Amino acid sequence: MEQQLDFLVDKVVAELQKKLAELGEKTSGPKAEAAVEGKAAPQQGIAPVTATKPQETHSAPAEPKGTALIPNPKWKEGLDELLASTPARIGVWRTGVRPLTKTMLQLRRDHAAAVDAVYGEVSQEVLDQFSLFTVETQYDNTENYLKRPDMGRVLTEESVRLIQERCQKRPQVQIVVSDGLSASAVDANLKDVLPSLMDSLKSYGLSCGTPFFVKGGRVASMDHIGEILEPEVLVLLIGERPGLVTAHSMSAYMCYRPRKGMVESERTVISNIHRQGTSPIEAGAHIGTILAKMLEQKASGVKLVL
Amino acid sequence: MNTKTTVLGQTYQFRDLKEIFAKANEDKSGDQLAGIAASDSRERVAAKQVLADLTLADIRNNPMLPPEEDEVSRVIEEGINEKIYNEIKNWSVAELREYILSHEAGESEIKRISRGLTSEMIAATAKLMSNLDLITAAAKIRVVTHCNTAIGQQGVLASRVQPNHPSDSVQGIKASLYEGLSYGIGDAVIGINPVIDTADSVKDILNMTKEVMDKWAIPTQNCVLAHVTTQMRAIRQGAPADLIFQSLAGSEKGNKAFGIDVKLLDEADELMRKEGTSYGPNFWYFETGQGSELSSEAHFGIDQVTMEARCYGLARKYNPFIVNTVVGFIGPEYLYDSRQVIRAGLEDHYMGKMHGLPMGCDVCYTNHMKVDQNDMDNLGILLSAAGVNFVIGVAMADDVMLNYQSTSFHDIAAFREVLGLRPAPAFEKWLEKIGIMENGKLTPIAGDPTIFM
Repeated sequence: MEQQLDFLVDKVVAELQKKLAELGEKTSGPKAEAAVEGKAAPQQGIAPVTATKPQETHSAPAEPKGTALIPNPKWKEGLDELLASTPARIGVWRTGVRPLTKTMLQLRRDHAAAVDAVYGEVSQEVLDQFSLFTVETQYDNTENYLKRPDMGRVLTEESVRLIQERCQKRPQVQIVVSDGLSASAVDANLKDVLPSLMDSLKSYGLSCGTPFFVKGGRVASMDHIGEILEPEVLVLLIGERPGLVTAHSMSAYMCYRPRKGMVESERTVISNIHRQGTSPIEAGAHIGTILAKMLEQKASGVKLVL
Repeated sequence: MNTKTTVLGQTYQFRDLKEIFAKANEDKSGDQLAGIAASDSRERVAAKQVLADLTLADIRNNPMLPPEEDEVSRVIEEGINEKIYNEIKNWSVAELREYILSHEAGESEIKRISRGLTSEMIAATAKLMSNLDLITAAAKIRVVTHCNTAIGQQGVLASRVQPNHPSDSVQGIKASLYEGLSYGIGDAVIGINPVIDTADSVKDILNMTKEVMDKWAIPTQNCVLAHVTTQMRAIRQGAPADLIFQSLAGSEKGNKAFGIDVKLLDEADELMRKEGTSYGPNFWYFETGQGSELSSEAHFGIDQVTMEARCYGLARKYNPFIVNTVVGFIGPEYLYDSRQVIRAGLEDHYMGKMHGLPMGCDVCYTNHMKVDQNDMDNLGILLSAAGVNFVIGVAMADDVMLNYQSTSFHDIAAFREVLGLRPAPAFEKWLEKIGIMENGKLTPIAGDPTIFM
């Protein structure tokens, strides 16, 4: 009986997840989710949702790889078939037991982009375009930010004062942007995500407080901001840990009445927002829909019915 | 128990065992994050000095996490051979370190003494060892295990082929699997991390890998690294799983965060013994990694090296086929840079081998750590020299599902070639039969995945 039930549950979940997977939701698996904060994060964490159909299923590395690298494959068409089935770096050939120069440099290039994203700064121009003023967490510097996630969850006193001075209190929707682990994610996606989110909020008749930018923010900085401004709902647009396929991926974390002591499962997230993943424009619209549902159901995270 | 010492004219008084153990560690960002690390080099040496003079009985009689409060502590306690422990309980940690490194202590002697040691005692010796000490000691200990085939022999470097795919496409997984096999990778296990944690999906992947193994008569074992309960469901429904996998933590609370406890592991063990299809007798695959207890706030103020050793104390109960420390996956807040990752990889390998475990290592890093592929080259060579049972093979080291970098098929081929190591014997014979390897060297057709199409 129990086994049968398990079987049924599996079937339903498998169907749902296959649909998600077909949409190319690379980062929504429990392992990958855990990877954001470290391998050992509990497997039942944040409640992820899919936004929209991505533009491409596989974001293959930009440089051509292809059959040319294996000089005499046993089956040339077969090799094309293998290459088309995965974004993994296969069919790369070798010199002795080492990779070819081209393949090696490709890997180094992609890693360089990822490292630059972590250590980079968000362009002031992008922030100015949306009149976002800047506040800081207690992160101090990038090295410390990486070592002390706890300090990226709390704003400096000066920042708290600035927010109190410049922001509307108790807004219906509060939008916050942060560099997180990828400054280039903000540079690459904000100009598409933010306008479409604003449009979406307008179409639902929702009012928005004063948006701002948090330098050195972690996801849970939402809680501190929630204490200061007491919004009904808050959305944090934050750069994800960069991968080699893309270093510009952004996540949107959303929470109903954020406050100190929130747990992961009380937040809703759309991850993998970038050009080859969840399209930024469609993500913006989808965030608006989710925020409207949160206000309607007075809930977020696993309790939210989408 | 003496907890006081003087170093370079300054006197240090430590509170308890937890403080001595934590401050005696080499520098780790995770211990700093937990607020338990030594404040400077001098204090670190002071802690090491105090630790060196503690007896094994001091460590056992002052449990950092008492067995009454934690089931991992109970498993470790219950596993101790009292006769052997009584022979050595008055040794200091320094004496134990020197015994392990001495010429008198060969593989048999170390394996015997290990049965009288708790995980905390083994961790204590690691804190008094340099990197080369860790390599020298571990290199003495071979742990041979057998599932469908045997790995761990002298002169053997086995590998897990890890053909992950971002949406679990069976075709995509197969493509990376063919690529890996064509480089002679996959003798430890064909192991896939699934995106989708359901019995159906696990079954699909197990069936596909089994078909490839059957079609080409590949002497290895398969595994899908879903949650243990999902694998159990798949196995009950008849899925062909040679190994069963689970991540472990070093405390009961940490394991709870993983959704497991000893009772569940016992249940899975029983299932594999009764319904498993592999030859055995070893059928477990465990993964661990420093820092996981802190990340789930289940470390009880104990340092991450000691908590990691306790994972091995738990793993030892189940006589696993392979154990793997995923050393650089957890991120810079636990292991900040290459120096810390390399140190942790060597510590984990040594501590695992001292527990009599078939230790492997996922030599790896994430993009926000101060680490790059050169550092992985270094750690891979160091571990291969230390006799690591297996390492992980990913196409060009880039895992497109888990978004981190490990070691590549090329890297493992190079570790073998440079150090004169071979694949597992049965697998090497198979590679020769297929024509990929000759006299321990890759042949001109190696690296062409289409030979399996």
